[in-house]
Amino acid sequence: MIGPDGQLAGRPAGPLARAPWWILALVLAAVMVVWKVATSELYADIFRTLLAGLGVTLAVTAVSFPLAVGLGLLAALGLLSPHPVRRNLALLYVQVARGVPILVQIFIMAFVVVPLGVALLHHAGPAGGALAALRPSAVSMGCRVVAALVFAYGAFEAETIRGGLTSLARGQAEAARALGLTHRQALRHVLLPQTFRRLLPTLGNDLISLLKDSSLVSVLGVRDITQQARLYASATFRETEALTMLACFYLALTLLLALAVRGLEQRYRRHAA
Amino acid sequence: MPPEAPPVLEARGLVKRFGAVAAVNGVSLGVRAGQVLAILGPSGSGKSTLLRCLNFLEVPDAGEVRLEGAVVPPRDRALNALRARVGMVFQQFNLFPHLTVGENVALAPRVVRGQPRAAARAAARDLLARVGLADHFDRPPLQLSGGQQQRAAIARALAMEPAALLFDEPTSALDPELTGEVLEVMRALAAEGRTMVVVTHEVAFARAVAHEVLFLDAGQVVERGPAAAVIDAPATERARRFFGRPGGPAGRPAPRA
Repeated sequence: MIGPDGQLAGRPAGPLARAPWWILALVLAAVMVVWKVATSELYADIFRTLLAGLGVTLAVTAVSFPLAVGLGLLAALGLLSPHPVRRNLALLYVQVARGVPILVQIFIMAFVVVPLGVALLHHAGPAGGALAALRPSAVSMGCRVVAALVFAYGAFEAETIRGGLTSLARGQAEAARALGLTHRQALRHVLLPQTFRRLLPTLGNDLISLLKDSSLVSVLGVRDITQQARLYASATFRETEALTMLACFYLALTLLLALAVRGLEQRYRRHAA
Repeated sequence: MPPEAPPVLEARGLVKRFGAVAAVNGVSLGVRAGQVLAILGPSGSGKSTLLRCLNFLEVPDAGEVRLEGAVVPPRDRALNALRARVGMVFQQFNLFPHLTVGENVALAPRVVRGQPRAAARAAARDLLARVGLADHFDRPPLQLSGGQQQRAAIARALAMEPAALLFDEPTSALDPELTGEVLEVMRALAAEGRTMVVVTHEVAFARAVAHEVLFLDAGQVVERGPAAAVIDAPATERARRFFGRPGGPAGRPAPRA
């Protein structure tokens, strides 16, 4: 027997079994953390230290995500292009970016691609314009890490957007083209708005993943909340307290984001159907 | 109609193959200003493909399409210009679900013809009123009945002030009750002198409204002529069988004349 929820029917679920205990547990944990921060000097100190890195974590995420979606959109259009050069370039990019660990991509971007790029600009001389005077050290580690995250996540977004576009009914593109819209106008006014609405949950998940992966910037010494917690822990040997607080920061951020995405989804759902 | 006026929309020797199958196999047709051409035929006879070749939703493998006498070259710019002047109504309506009904109608005039937003919306309001949907301007299309959606789709096609309208089985996705309200709108369009090419299974509608009928089978024109002649007194065995005229369907003995 399969119940309406798709579960095998067995024990009837009473109100106690159906209660959202996990939310209660989270709320309890949150209360405990707030209480600790309010009463313990140590936790208050850790909290302030992490807060100093919060801006970097949020900025890395907020800058990388739109750029990754933009790059992903370009790559998705490349994947769907009838033009063989564009399609193969897009395929090459997606396969490479998805096949190399993000941590490795960050190292390569920071220590190979950026110095090499700067050196090339340097050799280009006047053709490089104002950028020819650029020194490698002028490109901050933060910028390098954002570039790496955009490169890596662009490939995920490319696959996501390609899937979204191909899942639209063919009639939508035909109706747009039959009205005289160009390919570009059809994408902009008819296909992409529908695709992005449909992809909202997926994009939300990717944004949350990116927020978590922004912790990788700490390997380059960029002072995000992870780096702040590590520095604090190594200076004070308070690993347990610092890392627990760090986890709480990420959890709070990801839960807030998930709620925001759900809110957006519901708003669009009310408008559609 | 003076003989020197070219047909609004004309096709010569259209061929469209899917793999080894020629869905459309050398069809020519023309429709003059203010006339209605109905394309009838069994399922799979190539009617829809033929219609879709007329605005290049399917690019024909051979043959040419002429709009007001001028050959349409199969290049993007020319095709967009052709499509902007030839409206199309689909079997599945294909309204844009992320836009309101009014925005569906106003979109192409705004984007393709660069009409100011306010003017496009005002025109859309008038068009929706003409198909009986004045109150549905701000509603999402998926909340409408099938018949209402199809009428909105007709308004959307009319918004571009097309020289000709193509209908691809516009009532095949509707139950009989809703079919009636869509056919009524199409009848009114024909009566006001719209140039229309209609692929349909509604034989009675074609009989009443069409000036000319093409009967298609296996991608070729089997019969063509005035609606009454083709439908009431088909000359070929194939068409007689399709229209259920004496001498046609299996089980009904063919009377020898």
